[in-house]
Amino acid sequence: MSVIRCDRVCVDIEAACILRNVSLSIDQGEFVAILGANGSGKTTLMRAILGLMPVTSGQVDLFDTPLSRFRDWGRIAYVPQRLHSAGAVPVSVHEVVGASLISPRRRLPRRGDRSVVLDALALVGLEDRRNDRFDALSGGQQRRVMIAAALAKDADVYVLDEPTAGVDAESQEHIAETFAQQRDSGRTVLLVTHELGTFSSLATRIVVLGRRGSESSTVLYDGTPPVPEHLTESVWHHSEDVVMRGDDGGLLERGSGS
Amino acid sequence: MSIFAYDFMQRALIAAALIGLIAPLIGIFLVQRRLALLGDGMGHVALTGVGLAFLTGLAPVPTALVVAALGALILELVRARSRTAGDLALALVFYGGIAGGVLLTSLASGKASSALNQYLFGSLSTVATEDVLWLLAAGVVVLLILGFFGREMFAMTLDPDVAHVQGIRTTRLGILLTVLAAVTVVIGMRTVGLLLVSAIMIVPVAAAQQLAGSFRATAIGAVIVGLACSLAGLTTSFTLDVPPGPTIVLLALAAFVIAALIAIPLRRRRQRHPHPVDESDHSHHGHGSENDRPSRHAHE
Repeated sequence: MSVIRCDRVCVDIEAACILRNVSLSIDQGEFVAILGANGSGKTTLMRAILGLMPVTSGQVDLFDTPLSRFRDWGRIAYVPQRLHSAGAVPVSVHEVVGASLISPRRRLPRRGDRSVVLDALALVGLEDRRNDRFDALSGGQQRRVMIAAALAKDADVYVLDEPTAGVDAESQEHIAETFAQQRDSGRTVLLVTHELGTFSSLATRIVVLGRRGSESSTVLYDGTPPVPEHLTESVWHHSEDVVMRGDDGGLLERGSGS
Repeated sequence: MSIFAYDFMQRALIAAALIGLIAPLIGIFLVQRRLALLGDGMGHVALTGVGLAFLTGLAPVPTALVVAALGALILELVRARSRTAGDLALALVFYGGIAGGVLLTSLASGKASSALNQYLFGSLSTVATEDVLWLLAAGVVVLLILGFFGREMFAMTLDPDVAHVQGIRTTRLGILLTVLAAVTVVIGMRTVGLLLVSAIMIVPVAAAQQLAGSFRATAIGAVIVGLACSLAGLTTSFTLDVPPGPTIVLLALAAFVIAALIAIPLRRRRQRHPHPVDESDHSHHGHGSENDRPSRHAHE
């Protein structure tokens, strides 16, 4: 059974074509890393898969159900880079993790919630920080709390957005270890990153997004690691470039030829 | 002589308690969503409702309720359909609301213009018996909806994307929150006044979050500050014979200043346990200095 399937997915943002004809099928138990330079549309693809961004054409299926009819959200957990509301109203670590248990099917708290939250925090090694304010933690610890929130859902698939960007080395290893365990217990992991880093030994499959010449971004490589020699350029050559103009959202031509 | 002996004061106290309880509960979600000024926009729209009531002779409270709720829906539609930024859409609604209110009131008659002041800054003596019933009904509805959807709203305001992946209908919930804010504004219209009602949604939250360590504690603290300030403000305004709105809001602001002063030593103590805070809060896709880490050599 495929957990995530994209069939010729195209995504446009403001009339600019971000992704063209992305086809991808991810099975249960796979550990897939989507790689690509900034602007290659990897975050866009992730958001399209999660239904956070409309697909212009093509189809996304989750657990063999078209995205528009998919309701079984308890099976998918998403870890963003940072919380949207960070720094507004104080929230405790416990509340951030507990929030992931809330859904239209579970409007009221349940008896076992507290132990679920504590168990999830224990998995990322932060159970002693449960009563602290979320914004009092370091960037790496905050990421681990968000991962604990995802783990508390006990989902089948984890979708991770740059899980190690801006995270200290100790937390990076902790995060990689956590998802190694999840993979070993049969969970599916889809991570979007521009650098594999500590995950390089975990990924069973990598998908490289990028442009051929001046065309829109699409799948350049889909297979086992490592990234083929001729593509390393289009994934990693950009470092300085991206620091200079990070927020172009992929609208600029980067001419990443191969 | 006790202030409770006056019928109008009893009604005003009921109205004040209602707004002191409900406004901070809505306000905390608005602050979390970074829409602290939304209540002001809704207040201006409700003013158009009041103007319409003057002109047509309809009852002001239900008319303002309907107009404010419609304004809330229009605001959310403008935000969703066009690419107008949230604060720009809010500004448009702001201007439309206050212009409409003043224009309609001027069309109505001369005496309506002086009555307008009571709606802008609150008034002790004008809470009619039928108003109290409307306010109670609206308050109960808001509390019931909060009780039912409150936890989903917490998840939605914490992070809408994550909430979406939990199956929460974030767009609908956002519209619901805006409509609830509009209804709350009308509940506060009589006592605090439309120009200041948003303050009683936001200032108690700002005060409570100085000292709170969690969302729940902030909510409880904000309700305590909100209730205490509305009731104390109302009594003070009766004693001093001044409009209740400014009195209530100044008390809430005083509570904020006190909380902020108490918070200074607490924050200093927190800073004594330094955490390696990363400076990347402004970046969206992990670009920035943190990307220059060793990854490259691993792949080349």
